[in-house]
Amino acid sequence: MTGNGWFQILLYFGVILLITKPMGVYLYRVFERKSTWLDPVLRPIERLIYRACGIEEKKEMKWTEYGVAMLVFSAASLLLLYLIERVQLWLPWNPQKLANVAPDLAWNTAVSFTTNTNWQSYTPESTMSYLTQMAGLAYHNFASAAVGIALAVAVIRGVARKESSTIGNFWVDATRAFLWALLPFSLVGALFLVSQGVVQNLHPYTNASLLESQVIEKQNPDGVVKKETITSQVIAQGPVASQEAIKMYGTNGGGFFNANSAHPFENPTPLSNFFQMCLIFAIPSGLTYTLGRMTGSQRHGWAVWSAMAVLFLVGVVVAYSAEARGNPLLAGVNSRASDTQPGGNMEGKEVRFGIADSALFTTVTTDASCGAVNNMHDSLTPIAGMVPLINIMLGEVIFGGVGAGLYGALVFVILAVFIAGLMVGRTPEYLGKKIESFDVKMAVLAILITSVTILIFSAIAVVSKFGVAGISNPGAHGLSQVLYAYTSSVGNNGSAFAGLNANTLWYNTTLGVAMLLGRFFMIIPILAIAGSLAAKKQVPESLGTFPVTGPLFTVLLISVVLIVGALTFFPALSLGPILEHLLMNAGKAF
Amino acid sequence: MTTAQAKNASITDRKILKTAIVDSFRKLDPRLQIKKPVMFVVEVGAVITGVVLVLEAFQHKGNFWFGLQITLWLWFTVLFANFAEAMAEGRGKAQAETLRKARAETQARKLRPDGKTELLPSSKLRSGDVVLVAAGEFVPGDGEVIEGVASVDESAITGESAPVIRESGGDRSAVTGGTRVLSDEIKVRITSNPGETFLDRMIGLVEGASRQKTPNEIALNILLAGLTIIFLLAVVTLQPFAIYSGSPQTVFALVSLLVCLIPTTIGGLLSAIGIAGMDRLIQRNVIAMSGRAVEAAGDVDVLLLDKTGTITLGNREATAFYACPSITEAELASAAQLASFADETPEGRSIVVLAKEKYGLRGRELAPHNPLFIPFSAQTRMSGVDMDGKEIRKGAPEAIARYVAEKGQIVPEEMQQHIERIAKSGGTPLLVAQNFRVMGAIELTDIVKGGIRERFDHLRAMGIRTMMITGDNPLTAAAIARQAGVDDFLAEAKPEDKMALIRNEQAKGKLVAMTGDGTNDAPALAQADVGVAMNTGTQAAKEAGNMVDLDSNPTKLIEIVEIGKQLLITRGSLTTFSVANDVAKYFAIIPAMFAGTFPLLNTLNIMKLRTADSAILSAVIFNALIIIALIPLALRGVKYRPLGAAALLRRNLFIYGLGGVIAPFAGIKLIDILLSWLHLA
Repeated sequence: MTGNGWFQILLYFGVILLITKPMGVYLYRVFERKSTWLDPVLRPIERLIYRACGIEEKKEMKWTEYGVAMLVFSAASLLLLYLIERVQLWLPWNPQKLANVAPDLAWNTAVSFTTNTNWQSYTPESTMSYLTQMAGLAYHNFASAAVGIALAVAVIRGVARKESSTIGNFWVDATRAFLWALLPFSLVGALFLVSQGVVQNLHPYTNASLLESQVIEKQNPDGVVKKETITSQVIAQGPVASQEAIKMYGTNGGGFFNANSAHPFENPTPLSNFFQMCLIFAIPSGLTYTLGRMTGSQRHGWAVWSAMAVLFLVGVVVAYSAEARGNPLLAGVNSRASDTQPGGNMEGKEVRFGIADSALFTTVTTDASCGAVNNMHDSLTPIAGMVPLINIMLGEVIFGGVGAGLYGALVFVILAVFIAGLMVGRTPEYLGKKIESFDVKMAVLAILITSVTILIFSAIAVVSKFGVAGISNPGAHGLSQVLYAYTSSVGNNGSAFAGLNANTLWYNTTLGVAMLLGRFFMIIPILAIAGSLAAKKQVPESLGTFPVTGPLFTVLLISVVLIVGALTFFPALSLGPILEHLLMNAGKAF
Repeated sequence: MTTAQAKNASITDRKILKTAIVDSFRKLDPRLQIKKPVMFVVEVGAVITGVVLVLEAFQHKGNFWFGLQITLWLWFTVLFANFAEAMAEGRGKAQAETLRKARAETQARKLRPDGKTELLPSSKLRSGDVVLVAAGEFVPGDGEVIEGVASVDESAITGESAPVIRESGGDRSAVTGGTRVLSDEIKVRITSNPGETFLDRMIGLVEGASRQKTPNEIALNILLAGLTIIFLLAVVTLQPFAIYSGSPQTVFALVSLLVCLIPTTIGGLLSAIGIAGMDRLIQRNVIAMSGRAVEAAGDVDVLLLDKTGTITLGNREATAFYACPSITEAELASAAQLASFADETPEGRSIVVLAKEKYGLRGRELAPHNPLFIPFSAQTRMSGVDMDGKEIRKGAPEAIARYVAEKGQIVPEEMQQHIERIAKSGGTPLLVAQNFRVMGAIELTDIVKGGIRERFDHLRAMGIRTMMITGDNPLTAAAIARQAGVDDFLAEAKPEDKMALIRNEQAKGKLVAMTGDGTNDAPALAQADVGVAMNTGTQAAKEAGNMVDLDSNPTKLIEIVEIGKQLLITRGSLTTFSVANDVAKYFAIIPAMFAGTFPLLNTLNIMKLRTADSAILSAVIFNALIIIALIPLALRGVKYRPLGAAALLRRNLFIYGLGGVIAPFAGIKLIDILLSWLHLA
């Protein structure tokens, strides 16, 4: 661990703290339909969209209508992407003449991008055409993020409103999320990334001669090993910058290239790396402020933010220290940080990022259900590898995905209020709304869906032939790989331990189902809670009101997230990363 | 009943204990268990381990001794939870028995339309029938006195042995079936059908037979069921992970892990807490018509309290004499006393007493003076005495002013000032005049009940607003409100004002509680979220409220609120405790399960438990014993403290949250040591 490393982590944390309020206020103004400085440009476009689509701007929806609109929109988007993938060969902007995508992979990818997961079972540069990347994948980066933000706002409205049967209009919320919240920042972000060296073109891939020819050994099917001399390489190109900004800002994480944010065309400099991390947390962190503003309890917003911040910092510290410590099995290797090397466990890391920025990126991307990676998670030390795993297992509530993080966190808030709220001698209340059996039922359902899906699919995978077939490393690490894949899918994160070969019928299909369950089966109960809370009377605050502000509540929220979220997975974790860590210390690796 | 109960406490307790033990086994019936999902899972687990135990014994496989202990302790876990519930029910059952005796069949004298009476059993009476009840007879059913006055012994219901007066008309007209008329004869219109009487309802309530789960209890049950499902899956899927890792687990280990993880502590004690909460109300002689009302009592935001009887002692007392300049205070006191001798009202008597205490005026022989007492009349609004050619009058300032004005006299300026000051300070001024000349003023003061101010302070700390309802003028009301420390008051209140006030508060989202007894209180009692009717009140009031206070003590509303809060606090604390316990159990069982295959995982065995078997068994035993250990707390309730929500939360989170994390580490370790000492594992 180095002073420079700590400085970068703290600098990052400071920037997030600083942008939380401006971002939160901006989102508040956008969704409360107050004027913003972008109105002169965007308002006419907005009106045009409504007129073209026949959307009644003023019409409010019940939670059920809101949910149906969201499902219809997502289903249509999913189908669109599936179709594009299936016929990309016959469509323009396919200079590499990449083939149509196979059905199971096309399904998996369509689900993955619709659910804001961006799990990639494929290598993009050799699978997806430019058109598929732009019209299919980048479109979904915007669409799924806009849906997430709209839902979060609808849920906040549910908490804030009283005796109301409606929670907003899905089409209006999604449109405004797209136009105001996502588009302008993505445009500016893309330009900034271009300035750092991210490419943006529609050229065919470049063929470059190697300065030094390489000799590789290749094994023929008959088992004879043959030497081959390589003199040239293909350098993939494409409209990267435009997709890169929204990939981070919308916490999507699906890379334009297989190497994702480790690829120099996606993430060329330490500055672009820092900028990308800031983009990830910008909206999720800002939304906590919006929560406070809309519900009229700014201190509650900060209490939720603080709980997230604490969990984030703990994750970073654990990951950074585990990585900086390096791998004890490499006894003969000098892994001390010095002027000439970052030290620690550099396996699977980019030299331009080093230990601190890799550990920080890993934590941020898994806290926020982004899933972009700038290093190989499979190569992390067991304890550092457990950090992203736990981050996702907790339900993607440490800032979380755009919108999804906040509404996921609100489920834990409701559970925390319900469990501990009784201890003040009143029916539990959340900001004046009584938490009753329907709300508890829905909150439990939302939690249940995620843990059940992860555990059942992983359990089947590790005892079935087709499941075990994909595991690249045996033993405890293999269990981590499978667990990570399903956790990442259900949590709509999309990052991978990568060791697992998931492009098989079993994994493509079940991971797709897991992503759908993790997204929509969580959203529906949460929307139901929003509808139920909106309809309730609001009990005015008094000394007897359960405090959802201050350090005490923050501690309580953290405890509930950890106990309810993590206890479920403790047995599985102990056989995976914990065992692996102990084995590594004892001198065994996989 | 309260005194009788105290005497028989030890006998009843032993009887309750015996019944409870029997009931614990009876409650093993799966049809009863399924209503408590958490304990049902434990029971199913116990059956499974039992079956496996027998199968393995036949095949000479496995560790029989270990399996047997696990199975037994799982059954104990269920039994302990049943025992908790049975104990909670026990006291109510004992009480129901007493009540049943009061319900015994009696003969009723029904009045037929032709004016004749017919004898028929009380069970044949229908609502609307009119019966005659004479001295020595039992009232055959709930009803309203429509003719006559009688003293009635209601001890069968209230436990209070002093007879009460019941009369037709007014607010003291309700009689309850099973009570006994001691004197005179009354005509009663029956208002309930057999099986629906107050006594029937009471028996149902104390027995817990008609106990329905309250809204909050249902919500909590859902949470517990949800957690149970989650942990069930965590354990079921653990086996595939274990098989993959090459360390498959025994059924005993898996079931043990499951039972330790699911919230058995709160799952086992939840219904006992609810029953005990209702029972605490019954102990204080309050009958809640539904558990919902008890919960609502904990949520109350506003208490509407009648001034008289709740905040003040009910009667004004004379506290000072203010004499006119030409007259001594002793003279004034003497005149006032003379004027009050025949005044039987508490105010009148307090004047006599004050004069006696202050000036030693006592033992007067009045007869030789031939006094002529003038009683109070609504027209003159004065009372007094004529004797020895003196005409002494006392009354309200306006009345005396009018009286002296007849002879051209006026109330001196100085007295006017006294009158105003007294009214402003919450007192009631009276003037005394002799032969049409004002002698001075008497100050009557409303006496605020001792300790009431502190109670209101407590309520305020809990965020509950108190509101005094009074017929007094705003000036007096404000003064009393200040003295008593209520937050707000409604002066010159009419029944419809009360109703409007409740509606208004409810529209703001607040829950309102009130007490009442009169028929004109009934609509407000029905509108309030918690309406406590006085048992002495009218049938209409008792029907409208959702609680009846058998002692008819309006101050009890505060206690009811506290009981409601205590019920919720107990539930929340034990839930938190139960969930927090899981952390330690994981650290006991997970290493025990896998350390055999991966000795390295013993690093997680931070309690340093001796063997794998001992670790699992210790966790299961702890899990069972903690239920027994917490039964007293569940029945008694977590001690309620009048603190603000933030302070209360901090305190309870510290005790039950942090305590819940730490306690099992110590407990499991201790059991582990004991087990190895006893060579049990």
